[in-house]
Parts: sequence; structure tokens; C-alpha cells
Amino acid sequence: MPSVMLHPDVQEKTETREVATAGHAVEGAAGTSGSSFVRRKKRRPLGERIIPKALLACALVSILTTIGIVLVLLAETVAFFQRVPLGAFLLDTKWTPLFQPQHFGIWPLLAGTLMVTLIAGIVALPIGLATAIFLSEYASDRVRRVIKPILEVLAGIPTVVYGYFALTFVTPLIRSVLPETGIFNALSASIVVGIMILPMVASLSEDAMVSVPRAMRDGAYALGATRLEVALKVVVPAALSGIMASFVLALSRAIGETMIVTIAAGATPKLTLNPLESIQTMTAYIVQVSLGDTPHGTIEYYTIYVVGMTLFVVTLLMNLLARWITRRYREAY
Amino acid sequence: MERRRAEKHLAVRKWKNRVAAGAFFLATSVGIAALAVLIGAILRDGLPYLTWDFLTNVPSRIPEKAGIRSALFGSLWLMVLTAPVAFVLGVATAIYLEEYAKPGRLTRLIQTNIHNLAGVPSIVFGILGLTLFVRGIGLGRSVLAGALTMALLVLPIIVVAAQEALRAVPSSLRHASYALGATRWQTIRRVVLPAALPSILTGTILAMSRAIGETAPLIMIGALTFVAFVPTSPLDAFTVLPIQIFNWVSRPQEAFHHLAAAGIIVLLVVLLSMNLTAVLLRNKFQKRY
Repeated sequence: MPSVMLHPDVQEKTETREVATAGHAVEGAAGTSGSSFVRRKKRRPLGERIIPKALLACALVSILTTIGIVLVLLAETVAFFQRVPLGAFLLDTKWTPLFQPQHFGIWPLLAGTLMVTLIAGIVALPIGLATAIFLSEYASDRVRRVIKPILEVLAGIPTVVYGYFALTFVTPLIRSVLPETGIFNALSASIVVGIMILPMVASLSEDAMVSVPRAMRDGAYALGATRLEVALKVVVPAALSGIMASFVLALSRAIGETMIVTIAAGATPKLTLNPLESIQTMTAYIVQVSLGDTPHGTIEYYTIYVVGMTLFVVTLLMNLLARWITRRYREAY
Repeated sequence: MERRRAEKHLAVRKWKNRVAAGAFFLATSVGIAALAVLIGAILRDGLPYLTWDFLTNVPSRIPEKAGIRSALFGSLWLMVLTAPVAFVLGVATAIYLEEYAKPGRLTRLIQTNIHNLAGVPSIVFGILGLTLFVRGIGLGRSVLAGALTMALLVLPIIVVAAQEALRAVPSSLRHASYALGATRWQTIRRVVLPAALPSILTGTILAMSRAIGETAPLIMIGALTFVAFVPTSPLDAFTVLPIQIFNWVSRPQEAFHHLAAAGIIVLLVVLLSMNLTAVLLRNKFQKRY
């Protein structure tokens, strides 16, 4: 039978019919009445045809979710820009939509998010990479089996818990060293965001390093390299695409982090380089507006969509960048 | 002379290796220490406030009378409504991608889309939920609206976990089923799914433990921070544990911070037991082939 040449759909039907015939033979041998066979023959192919379609419909829900997010953000963003010119959004340096005089410059919120992400990165990237090197190159199997679940627990802690930790533990600690620090400050929130994304950097980087073939390490050891030299000159370069991707993904997570910065970083959007002051990130602003009683259809209401759109675009670009890095620079063994 | 220089060079390299090993270990202990300090601080703050009354009272303006009854039931309601929706959609998507989809543009699009959705900040899902479920189809600020939002949020996690579980089922099982005359769907339903179910359930529990700790999307859809009653229908207003905690943290009075810590202990215990269940499930059913 030339089933290879057939269109896949046709082939599938042929398969089903063959199976049905086989079912007939078995049932016939067992002495089942012919009428039940006729009923099954009608029903079975129908189910076999409907089920893949039903499953596809479920699979399309995820596509619809993305389309929904884009449409919702886009529609209300357009409504926002019908009231506020694009120039005021991009060129103004003040963000004060909730009180008079209203300003709609996105930069203070972007700067706040950027500062938190930067400090979190300074905390998490080196420590996460070092953890990954330790787990992949130095630790014995037993040590690894103890440490990895601990890091998983750290990764599973809800962000509101991290927020509590930042406000009631890290902030007092910072204030005892630097008394001029505000109760709400960017530094405390950023450090804790760093702790939050640390397990992500460590585990993704470690995955990349573990997949470097054993033979490459053995080659370097045979040349007399120390463990450190193997790690830094062989394994890390070979796993670099995975490591970079883990950095980008972790930073993207830091940008989208909401509760820690809402609780500990404050609600004062401003352009500052001082991490000891209260700031506001994009995510924290969205929460602030939705906690208040902002009526639907007002300019204040539309601002959450504009900020949400900015957030969505930035994190989407970073996720695409991470995927591109993995694909473009993957070393093939 | 040459030899001594080489020996000295070697000693330096070995010394560097030892220092680096210490540094890498130190870096690893930062994460562990952070977890220990975090849990220690929370136990110190919250444990004295964790009483039976705290579990059974509803929130109150008076710290001594405040409890998490409505938040606990809210979280329970949310889970009961989220889990079936997310499970059915997630597993169906995974079955389609792994068992039916032919490699092509649509399949690639769905797969890429799921990976990208996993990276979308949760608060953006909140904005979607607010616009679509709360206002769009008029569910209001109800448990149902929250559950649907949460289901979309954890969907990518369940899909990816279920896909891995389905991929781990050896193809010899499928072939054996086909050889007995089973159709494709019969094979999936009676052979592949039962074999993959423990891993799928593990993934689902982990996804639910993510959902139970989420705060931001539920703030967006307007889960109220002060709810002194237990929801009785999916269309009731509600609060959940993380939101109650957030509410207490954001108050200036010290006493409410202690209540927040006590609430966090309850939340962490719930999370830990969920994760433990997932791990036990995984270990019990691992390596059947």
C-alpha cells in the first residue's frame, strides 16, 4: 500500500480504517454480535477526527492569550495617546499622572526599573554564575543533591514574602549602616530582587555547563590544567550562550518583578542615581493605580496600560534576545 | 633555574585554584544563607502570633482580633477553580503538541508562544484579567475572574511539564498499543496518559504552588484587601493569603507586620507541603520503565 505517498490526513484515515477492520476480526472471533460492531465503526472514526480538533482548540488558547494581551494593551495605549501626545510621554522628565499638574514622562519609572534591575544584576549575576561553577565543576554529587533543592526552595518563595523580608529585615540593616537611608529605598528592594533571581541564574547556567561534554574537560585536564583553568577557560566559554541567556532571562524577571518593589522601594517616581532614596518602578506604579479607586475611562486609568505596554515590550524583547543568543551562539558538539 | 620557575608557577596556579574553590563555595552559601536568614527572621517575627484564633478569625482593624480565615478560604476557592481549568487546557495543549501536531509553522508558533508567555510578567496577566474577565465578560472582582487569570498565568508551566512527561513515555509502549489494534486516541488515553500522569501531576502541583503565592495579578483584578467573609460562590468577592499579607505589610504599625509574618508562615507551610507532595509523587512513580 503506497501509504508513504499519501497526504498525512489521508494516511491517518487509512490507518483508522485498518484498525477498525482489525477490531472486527478480533470481535468476530470472540463471538460479538454484528450490530455492536456497526455502531462502533460509526462512532470511532468520528471521535478520532474530533479529538485532535478539540485538542488543537485548547492549544490555541495560549495563542489567544498572547493576542488578548497585545490587543488589550494596544487598544488602551492608543486611547492614551489620543489624549497625551507622544512627545510628552517620551520627552517629559516628570511622571505625576495622579495629581496636578499632571506630567506623563515615562523616564522616571523607566529609570526606577532600570536601577532596580541593575543592582539586582550586580548581586545575582556574579554570585549565580559562581554558584553554577561550584555546582557543576567543584561539588560532589552528594553536595549537589543537598544544595540544589535548597536553591529550588529559594526560587519558589512568593515575592510578597521577599517584599516583607526587604522591608522588615534588609532595610533596617541598611539603615543601621547608612542612617540617611529612607524607609522605602531602591537599594533594599534591589538586593532582595537579586536574591530572588539568583536561583534562576544558578540553575540555568549550571544546566548549560553540565551539558558541556566530559571529553572537553578531560582534554584540558590531560594537558595539566587545574580545576579553575578547566572551569574558566573550557567550560564557561563552551557554555557561554546558555550563561548569557540565563543572565538575560533573570534580568527580564527582575524588570517584571512587582511585589518586592511595591512593598520596599516606595512610590516616588523620580530621576535619581541615589539608590538610598525612595523611587518607583513601572510595576509598582501599576499596582499603586489599581489599589486606588481610579474610575474607568480616565487618563489615570489609561496610564496603567501604557506602562503595562512598555513593560510587556521590554520583557518580550529580552526574552526573544535570550532565545536568539541560545540559538545563534550555541556551540555544537 | 628554569625548573624552579616552573615549580613556582605551578604552585601559584594551584593556589589560585584553591582560592577560587573557596570563593565559589562562599558564593554558593550566599543563597543558602539568604534562605536561612529569611526563614529565621519570619519565624522570629511571626511565630508568637500564630495561634488558633489567628487561623479562624476574619481580618480586623484591631491587630489582636485579626485572622486569616477569609484569606485561607479565598486561596482554597481560587485553587479549586484554577486547577481544573489550567490542568485541562495545559494537558490538552501538550497532547496536541506531542502526539498530534505535525512539524510546521502552526506548531512552531504555538511552541514559541508558550515559551514567550512564560516570560511575560505576572502583572501583565493581571491587566489582561482586569480588562477581559472583570470588565469584558462582566465577572466583576470575583473568585472566578481571579481563577481564570491564574489559569492563563500557570498554563505555560503545565504545558511544558506535561510535554516533558509525554516525551518520556517510551515509544515502544505506543507501538505495542497500535499493534494490538488500538486507535491513536485509545493509545493516548489508555497507555500514554496513565504512564505520564504522575509527572504531569507533579508539574501541575508545582504550577499551583506558583499560583497560590502570586499576588500582583490578583491585586490588578481587584481581589479586595479587606474581606471579612468567606466566599460562598464563584462570583463572590474574595481575598487570598498573599494579598492579606501584602495588606498587613503595607500598614505602618508594627503589630500588623507581625501578623504578616504569621500569615507568611502559614503560606510557606502550605507551599512546602505542596512541593513535598510533588517530590514524593515523583519519587514514588519514577523509573517504571
